[in-house]
Amino acid sequence: MTAASEIEHGTSLWRDAWHRLARNKLAVLGLVNFILITLFCLLGPSFVPYKFDEQARTLQSSRPGELIFARDLTRNKSREPRTDYIPLSKMIDESAFVSLSRQEVAEKVEKLKRRETVQAGRYTYSRSTRHHVLGTDALGRDLLVRLMYGGRISIGVGLAATAVSILIGVLYGAISGYLGGNVDTAMMRIVDILYTIPFTIFVILLMVFLPRSIWLLFLAIGAVEWLTMARIVRGEVTALKHREFIEAAISLGLGRLHIIFRHLIPNVMGSVIVYSTLTVPNVMLLEAVLSFLGLGVQPPMSSWGVLIDDGAKTLETTPWLLLFPAALFSLTLFSLNFLGDGLRDALDPRASKD
Amino acid sequence: MRLAHVRKLLLTLICLALAAPAMAETKADRAAKDKILLFGNGSEPQNLDPHTVRGVTENHIISALIEGLIAYHPTDQALPEPGMADRWEHNLDASEWTFHIRDGAKWSNGDPVKAADFVFSFHRILSPNLAADYADQLYIMKGAEDFHKGKLTDFDAVGVKALDDQNLRITLVGPTPYFLSALTHYSWYPVHPATILKFGKIDDRVSAWTRPENFVGNGPFKLKEWKVNEVITVERNPLYWDAKTVKLNGIQYYPIEDQNTEERAFRAGDLHITNEVPLDKIPGYRRDNKDLILVDPYLGTYFYRLNVNKPALKDVRVREALNLALDRDSIVENITRGGQLPALGYTPQGMGRYKTPELMSYDPDKARKLLAEAGYPDGKGFPKYEILINTSESHKTVAEAIQQMWKQELGIDIGIRNEEWKVYLDSQTNMKYDITRSGWIGDYMDPVTFLTMWTTGNGNNNTGWSNAEYDSLIKQSFLEADEAKRFALLEKAETILLKNPPFATIYWYTRVYLKSAHVVNWNSLLLDNHNFKYIDLK
Amino acid sequence: MIKFTLQRLLQLVPVLLIVITVTFWMSKKAPGGPFSAERKVAPQVMAKMNAYYGLDKPLLQQYLLYLKNLVLRGDLGPSFTYPTESVNQVIARSFPVSLQVGSLAMLLALFIGIPLGVLAAVKKNSLADYFSMSFAMSGICLPTFVMGPILAIVFGLWLKWGNVFGLEKSGNAWLPPIFLPALTLGLFYGAYVARLTRSGMLEILNQDYIRTARAKGVGSFRVIWKHALKGGMMPVVSFLGPALAGLISGSFVVEKVFKLPGLGNEFIKGAFNRDYSLILGTVIFYAVLIVLFNLLVDIIHAWLDPRIRQ
Repeated sequence: MTAASEIEHGTSLWRDAWHRLARNKLAVLGLVNFILITLFCLLGPSFVPYKFDEQARTLQSSRPGELIFARDLTRNKSREPRTDYIPLSKMIDESAFVSLSRQEVAEKVEKLKRRETVQAGRYTYSRSTRHHVLGTDALGRDLLVRLMYGGRISIGVGLAATAVSILIGVLYGAISGYLGGNVDTAMMRIVDILYTIPFTIFVILLMVFLPRSIWLLFLAIGAVEWLTMARIVRGEVTALKHREFIEAAISLGLGRLHIIFRHLIPNVMGSVIVYSTLTVPNVMLLEAVLSFLGLGVQPPMSSWGVLIDDGAKTLETTPWLLLFPAALFSLTLFSLNFLGDGLRDALDPRASKD
Repeated sequence: MRLAHVRKLLLTLICLALAAPAMAETKADRAAKDKILLFGNGSEPQNLDPHTVRGVTENHIISALIEGLIAYHPTDQALPEPGMADRWEHNLDASEWTFHIRDGAKWSNGDPVKAADFVFSFHRILSPNLAADYADQLYIMKGAEDFHKGKLTDFDAVGVKALDDQNLRITLVGPTPYFLSALTHYSWYPVHPATILKFGKIDDRVSAWTRPENFVGNGPFKLKEWKVNEVITVERNPLYWDAKTVKLNGIQYYPIEDQNTEERAFRAGDLHITNEVPLDKIPGYRRDNKDLILVDPYLGTYFYRLNVNKPALKDVRVREALNLALDRDSIVENITRGGQLPALGYTPQGMGRYKTPELMSYDPDKARKLLAEAGYPDGKGFPKYEILINTSESHKTVAEAIQQMWKQELGIDIGIRNEEWKVYLDSQTNMKYDITRSGWIGDYMDPVTFLTMWTTGNGNNNTGWSNAEYDSLIKQSFLEADEAKRFALLEKAETILLKNPPFATIYWYTRVYLKSAHVVNWNSLLLDNHNFKYIDLK
Repeated sequence: MIKFTLQRLLQLVPVLLIVITVTFWMSKKAPGGPFSAERKVAPQVMAKMNAYYGLDKPLLQQYLLYLKNLVLRGDLGPSFTYPTESVNQVIARSFPVSLQVGSLAMLLALFIGIPLGVLAAVKKNSLADYFSMSFAMSGICLPTFVMGPILAIVFGLWLKWGNVFGLEKSGNAWLPPIFLPALTLGLFYGAYVARLTRSGMLEILNQDYIRTARAKGVGSFRVIWKHALKGGMMPVVSFLGPALAGLISGSFVVEKVFKLPGLGNEFIKGAFNRDYSLILGTVIFYAVLIVLFNLLVDIIHAWLDPRIRQ
């Protein structure tokens, strides 16, 4: 058999898988959706006129899409002639309006809505061009743009750490399961030992001894997440290796590496992919806990995990700060999940018999 | 048949769901009838031994169990409230005090409280082997520091003496007009000698005497039950000298660390008083439930230490610029939102006649000018420094706002470094930081509790800042008995401190928490030390 | 089988030795100490405390002493966080809480997860499948620190069915106090169980013997119950070993949200307070649990799939 024909054989197998995948509408939807979300996060910020760390402190926790008014601060000694921004829902609390009756306040607000300027107390008010589609967080930062930046980090970390965990876990598990005997025992004991190392301590030590960086973050996560992957793969390989087709391969005298890479790993890919779609959310959530502990995403940077964590703390007063990050996060995971299931069916040769 | 079952079950569930809120008598309602105060206490106390603990959490419980010579005044913490001592006198310069222990003062096992018990207690906390965190509170007593540091081995040479069973003489290092206020600190509390010696030596740090079955105190309440991380229960002490004044039958302390959980517990009717309120809930309570939320001024300052050994921060103009660029009003109005006051000086206001020099202001133009003079026009060439904070949502929020202010007004880029608590403490004490978040809470009602820490080499300085004139002013103040002159010296010292600041001041604390309408006689107190014997429930 | 079990139990010794060694050296090397405090602790005070707890001795000597006390007396040392308790006492009082919550959570997870997973697998690509899997994904997407507060607000504050915190029954709650925390964990783990059950079942349902059984006209329910479920549970069982060990050793998020005095909380406290013996104690305890549960997993695996036994 020549090298060329082998490659051809390989591509056609994957091409078959691709065809099967393309026929699965949900999987395609998941794939398209995931690509769209990724593009949204990558390109989105250039279409939003706010920066992810730009604070408008008087605009804290404004509601999604709320009307925003500007208050001229001429008395302020700051560098530029500064303006403060007040959301519609807080206008009633404005000190300049306190002496006015509800009716008068409503009239003034009506005027402002018609883009007229209004004088009250020492300040001049006008309607601002600011528009925060998803509202602002506790520091008056635009949630939309933070969501996009957060997505870059979360998707990046999720994919990279999962890739690390697949790489290590599958190889480790397959080798352990296939070789069996003492090697297997030793390798699985090592996994047991690593399982029992307390994660927090591990992370704190990493944080202190090594420079903090996002790369370190997913290396650390990948280094933890591969353990379960290895166990699952090892379990499957142990069962698979007594199956006829592997025994046949052994009796044909094929090399160990050949058997592992060509026969065992492709057969466990289904489980690996399914578990990977479980790993990605895990990684994203773990990332939030880590950021909370001080490793990884440093303020004012954000990630979906951080946004959800922040939002969960204020879920009764400002539910949108939880709702939007959680919704986008879930949408991403659903997409990955459908894609994962689709891939699983596509890669599983037995499924094609249906 | 099966369907009928399901329907029945569903009906029951719906009934329960609808009926439950209507018939609700909460735990707090029931406890109020039984006169049991349900108290949110923040975190689990380390211990209940007044000589080895160091936190406010512990103090809330210990002050119900043990009473010192002077107790907490129910309305004004600057005033003395007679405790174990019913009268006292001092010499002309307030350096020698004699306390008379009241008749009928008893320990919870029936033993009378004697002057010798206090001598034993001061001996205990000053024993080097006990390694008490707050032993230095007693250093104002003659010979105490030497004894604690092992330079003096004979405790008789220390300035405390039992003249007889009821009279106690305390000799101090120098004039100490604020001594009565200092005495309310739990480091001066007595312990029952026989109980201590039953469970170990006088200087055994680890001892079983604080277990509920062993505990002997002399306060209005006695320890009933201690379920770690769950609840600590104290009950009325019938042998307390003033038992007839005590209104409550008991207090249950719940160590709920998470603010949101605590607030939910309050709303569910499981608590009478909380420790804190989540930031985002404050406006809502202020708007809709004004009578449930309390905003009490609190004797504490929130500030950023500046490491003056760092090249750029060595320059006083830079440190001043960092202060001038802070819009403190905006921070307290928009971020902390708990009624905090912008810290225009270091020592919080409210300590008697001491007038804090308020020299800090918001003046970005001047800040920019100073920064340019220091060689960083528009922040150009300013080193990339970091604000060190311990991991917490609120510290992060404030740090992000300050980061933004410095960037906007001065054009300098400052990072934020998050460390977990113990690492943060380590970095702070070893000065492995550029700028670090700090807080300081006063121990008693006198400005020295805030000002001594900035003397050269003080263990709590941690900035490398040193000023000979400042040191000498503080030293002089310790020799001055006249209050007006003393305060003048301290004000002068603080002026030096503020003009050449080793920190950026941010705000003066408030305590913001929730209290149900059941609780009565609860007053706002600067040190937040409440005398539980006066608290009542209705 | 007995020999296999004994062999595995014997392996516990080297596993524990390595765990202790690594944790010991890692935690001692981390900056900060158990007595660091916001106010400066005088050096002589620090020295006394270190001497009291034997922390002034060379690390190697401390290490050997720790091992000696552990082996000879099962003594995990004194706790710095709880000066009146030993680590053994800390574990003895907090583990029962975590055990209760964790066991209930696991039961709930299996009750929710397995039926959903089986349903989804049997009715693959039907509405039931999509519904179950969407439910499962929601469980995964909503982490415990979101689900916990939501359940507390809905069932604790609005309906007043359960506790919002602690182990004391609140007001008119009729659910046991540990129910909401257990449900929080149960929904999360149940989601995983559902997904793994589905994939395991699909694998098995495609195998020849099941097809044969079905072709022979064996009732669908019987096939699933008698044959498929047993094999289809393999991935679930693999997952359950570490998951169960993790669950009953306590989840610090849930313990924090519902303020439960469990073991997870103690471990976090130990780590953050640099309470070396508390860290080591909880880690050793956790390690023993993990090893035992993994052993259990292997035994169950062998029972589910006789081929492994050889």
